[in-house]
Amino acid sequence: MSFWGYPRPDGSVGSRNYVGVISTVACASNVAQWIVQQVPGCALFAHQQGCGQAKPDMELVHRTLASLGCNPNLAGVLLVSLGCEGPVDDIMEGIAASGKAVDKVVIQQAGGASTALAEGCRLARQMVMDASAIRRQEVDDARLMIGVKCGASDPTSGLGSNPSIGAACDILIEKGGSCIFGETPEMMGAEHILARRAASPEIGRKIIEIVSRMEKRSLAMGVDMRGANPSRGNIAAGLTSIEEKSLGAIVKGGTTPIKGVCEYGERPEGHGLFIVDGPGQEPKAVTALAAAGAQVILFSTGIGAPHGFPFVPVVKVTANPKTYQQLSEHIDFYVDIGGRASHKELGRDILTQVLAVASGKKTKAESLGYVNFTDIWTAGTTF
Amino acid sequence: MERKAVILNSKDNVATALADLAAGEVVKMEVEKAGIAVTLVDCIPFGHKFSLSNIKMDSPIMKYGEVIGKATADIKPGQHVHVHNVASTRGRGDMGK
Repeated sequence: MSFWGYPRPDGSVGSRNYVGVISTVACASNVAQWIVQQVPGCALFAHQQGCGQAKPDMELVHRTLASLGCNPNLAGVLLVSLGCEGPVDDIMEGIAASGKAVDKVVIQQAGGASTALAEGCRLARQMVMDASAIRRQEVDDARLMIGVKCGASDPTSGLGSNPSIGAACDILIEKGGSCIFGETPEMMGAEHILARRAASPEIGRKIIEIVSRMEKRSLAMGVDMRGANPSRGNIAAGLTSIEEKSLGAIVKGGTTPIKGVCEYGERPEGHGLFIVDGPGQEPKAVTALAAAGAQVILFSTGIGAPHGFPFVPVVKVTANPKTYQQLSEHIDFYVDIGGRASHKELGRDILTQVLAVASGKKTKAESLGYVNFTDIWTAGTTF
Repeated sequence: MERKAVILNSKDNVATALADLAAGEVVKMEVEKAGIAVTLVDCIPFGHKFSLSNIKMDSPIMKYGEVIGKATADIKPGQHVHVHNVASTRGRGDMGK
């Protein structure tokens, strides 16, 4: 099988052809948003980070922004910086290494928001015009990386949508493609199963390490994690413990060996199934998948999570019949738990849909424009 | 016939409801081709769990063939199994670990 995507200088292939307007710090996000509103063809990445954070978190934020800029769905990138948050050269260099166009506008140096907006629009317009000349080409589906996430989960996620998505991952990986999933809290109680599937003992140890690291954060706060994860909504829907949620969650990655574990904001190397460390909370979890280089995201939901992502199409899958009925404007694919189709058959259908989306078909979230309000996860506090 | 509930693994001591089920209802299920019937003590909403056997306090609750927590009370067959009678053992900063 194949899909039609936009070729990039580094050999990757995009499912979309946006110019990314990326804010480098929370205080620059408004100007970045204005530029995107002014220049059709741009996609916004705004967030609440990038200042008042200790070195490891600042490095994480810059790494994540550089990786987001490298995502194949972006033809070019305009960074919007305030100025006083520090130099953003490392982000520029990280993106430039992918061979795509990258530029910046610095609000405090431009003479304020209005002039930064005018300058930013001028730069973004040129990038959009250049991007518009790029044509889709047919490429092998081995060039695809699917990001996998579940959100607003209920017990149908573990019974239907997650195992079907997992089957789609298995099929793609067998063809030479890649998949990546995260949500480290939702490995608690299931990490031993994932570690058994690690491609090497070192990867297995890393899986146990990221889960233990995440659990210690809850222990350090002296609280029962329940209510946060599983969320109140998860519990109302019937999920009792993080262990139960995790066992239902990890099947969304399929059954193939785990080839590597990325830190948040890192991009995996090679092909196959990968894990990225990070939270379950949606605006931050999906960012990690986009930063990893996913061109399409498969998102399983029980209760009905409507949110997409600015420049990576998010395909929503549910196995809850009520959710499918009531929230059909948000759901792209329905998995019938009571039906005769096997998870493998459903996985094949899901992958067909993913390839159509990778070739340009719009998702429900894209058609609604329900795609903004993203963020970056950080391990420490803000000072 | 539509399945009313599902048992995911032969090691499990709970089943998951696939419809809103009423107290007093007899639910027939299959696990590894063996039939099992449970009379519900409580109403079980869609997606929620009920017990398949007598589960003693402090013993493990099993779903997917894995431990999902431990019982905080004795649980009879057909009773609702949820946060009121199950404790998670992970991420429990409140337990002074």
